[in-house]
Amino acid sequence: MNNSKFWSILSNGVMILFSVLSLLPFVLLVIASFTDNQWALANGYSFFPGKWSMDAYRYIATEWDTIGRAYLVSISVTLAGSFISICISSMLAHALSNSRLPGGRILNFLCVFTMLFGGGQVASYYVWSNIFHIRDTAFALVLPNLLMSAFNVILFKNYFTVNIPASLKEAARMDGCGEFRMFWRIIMPMSLPITATVGLMTGLAYWNDWTNGLYYLSQRNGSKYYTVQLLLNQINENIAWIVSNGSTVTVNASEIPSTTIRMAIAVVGVLPVMVIYPFLQKYFVKGITIGAVKE
Amino acid sequence: MEETEQERETVPVPESGINLEVIMKRTKIKWGEFIPLYIMALPGLIYLFCNNYMPMFGVLLAFKKLDVRKGILGSDWAGLNNFKFLFQSSTAFTIIRNTVLYNVVFIVLGMVISVTFAILLNEIRSRLVSSVYQSLVLIPFLMSWVVVSYLSYALLANDTGLINNSILKALGMETVNWYMEKKYWPFILFFCNIWKSTGYSMIIYYSSIVGISKEYYEAAAVDGATKWQQIRKITLPLLKPTLITMTILSVGRIFASDFGLFYQIPRNSGALYGVTQTIDVYVYNALMKNGDFGMSSAASVFQAAVGFVLVVTTNAIARRYSKDNAIF
Repeated sequence: MNNSKFWSILSNGVMILFSVLSLLPFVLLVIASFTDNQWALANGYSFFPGKWSMDAYRYIATEWDTIGRAYLVSISVTLAGSFISICISSMLAHALSNSRLPGGRILNFLCVFTMLFGGGQVASYYVWSNIFHIRDTAFALVLPNLLMSAFNVILFKNYFTVNIPASLKEAARMDGCGEFRMFWRIIMPMSLPITATVGLMTGLAYWNDWTNGLYYLSQRNGSKYYTVQLLLNQINENIAWIVSNGSTVTVNASEIPSTTIRMAIAVVGVLPVMVIYPFLQKYFVKGITIGAVKE
Repeated sequence: MEETEQERETVPVPESGINLEVIMKRTKIKWGEFIPLYIMALPGLIYLFCNNYMPMFGVLLAFKKLDVRKGILGSDWAGLNNFKFLFQSSTAFTIIRNTVLYNVVFIVLGMVISVTFAILLNEIRSRLVSSVYQSLVLIPFLMSWVVVSYLSYALLANDTGLINNSILKALGMETVNWYMEKKYWPFILFFCNIWKSTGYSMIIYYSSIVGISKEYYEAAAVDGATKWQQIRKITLPLLKPTLITMTILSVGRIFASDFGLFYQIPRNSGALYGVTQTIDVYVYNALMKNGDFGMSSAASVFQAAVGFVLVVTTNAIARRYSKDNAIF
């Protein structure tokens, strides 16, 4: 066997193994959600269930009040969060990319410094809950941590500096184009790739977030703002409660969906991402590599 | 190509006019021109102030005996008592050890695995096949830790888990109560972390390998270098800047743990705390479950302070070693 053939087999073999390992747990999740509940209880989750069933999804359809609501919250939070995030990050980046802006260097430093030092989670929790009082409001899902990172501002700033010629901005200004108009009509349309990349990564972070809800939404008063992820987390917590307390006194057992239904809710939770992913894969890959390549 | 086009574009603009204007602005700042820019910067700056700078003053919490009604400034000083209580407890040692040890293993082995995979991915000639692999291995990156905890539960659950039912029973072995047995968890957490993050870091290294000029390899091949020699003498040395940058980033975060991994995957099981509880999980439990502002803020401020020192130090080392590899 010659050298290049050996490398081809080795690399394809390892990559196939890695791909299968990446995908298999997700496949198991989907199959588990289509398994008959009684069969699953008796035989455990399996790639080859003895009995298939759609019951879990029928249950989700009947419980659409809760799950559909969570879905709607997830979608709204994701869209609103990424939209606001793009607006405020790109505008700040635009201001910082103007080298003549008085105080620009200080503002730039203030921005970068947030990447080096933070007050820690407890201080952050204190500020958001005791000064801004966002506990048990919809703001809890959008405001803390996720809305803007200095990192995204730098990505936008680098893009503007490299791809928007200064002469174009000068020309627009000379033609009497206002700063706002120039930004929204000329610069942002020219910056679609970076906007898509940053927006997608921020959107993914919002869709997958459960920590903000964990800290700022209580089960009693905040559950109306539960996203799909938080619903999944709540099911986990209820089960853990029963396991550690050995009884179902405080948590109503009927609130805990059966084995296969839990898996079906998880499938519903990842479905949008998995559906969108193949079409936007290019931007995801870009979003990952863009941070690593210093410009 | 692109550069010459850009240069051509700059030519038609009346050059002398701009220069004159620039000179005029040097002497006297026309504030009117910059007001729109300040307005545009304002929302972002306000957010950074609320989300990042206000909590920086919140570190005072760690030195206070917090009375929520009096607020941070009104509460009595506690001096270093919060830290004293924290470090006198046996938990302090456990959570710091867990955080650092897991991170060291994740950094070292994670890097070896993802660089190896990136090099192998680069050996795949067909672009289509390569992009299919890239899409598939990124799937774990797209899932939240909550969903991953459902996946791991499907495998590990005591009664319905796949491993107990389909593997251990089939082999005639004793089933394992995974969520109660500490000894397996370092491996489970390592595997989960590698599973979720390797695709991501592999893509980073791969994009850096793709950037290496093909001419080096062609020249080496002409000189009769084997694949293995090419990897050792060309790929790895040219990958070094990326490796250093990535290491600085992760060493700077060695005191921070992935809350999702350590909270969701062990399902916050108390029986496993000895090997699964990290600083972030401790802070969450102390703050939200026990309402203990003193201990949790001490732990979280300690984490933030050490993190800051580490980021600055690692960066300074990288800077001394090679300026290009430093992050700031």
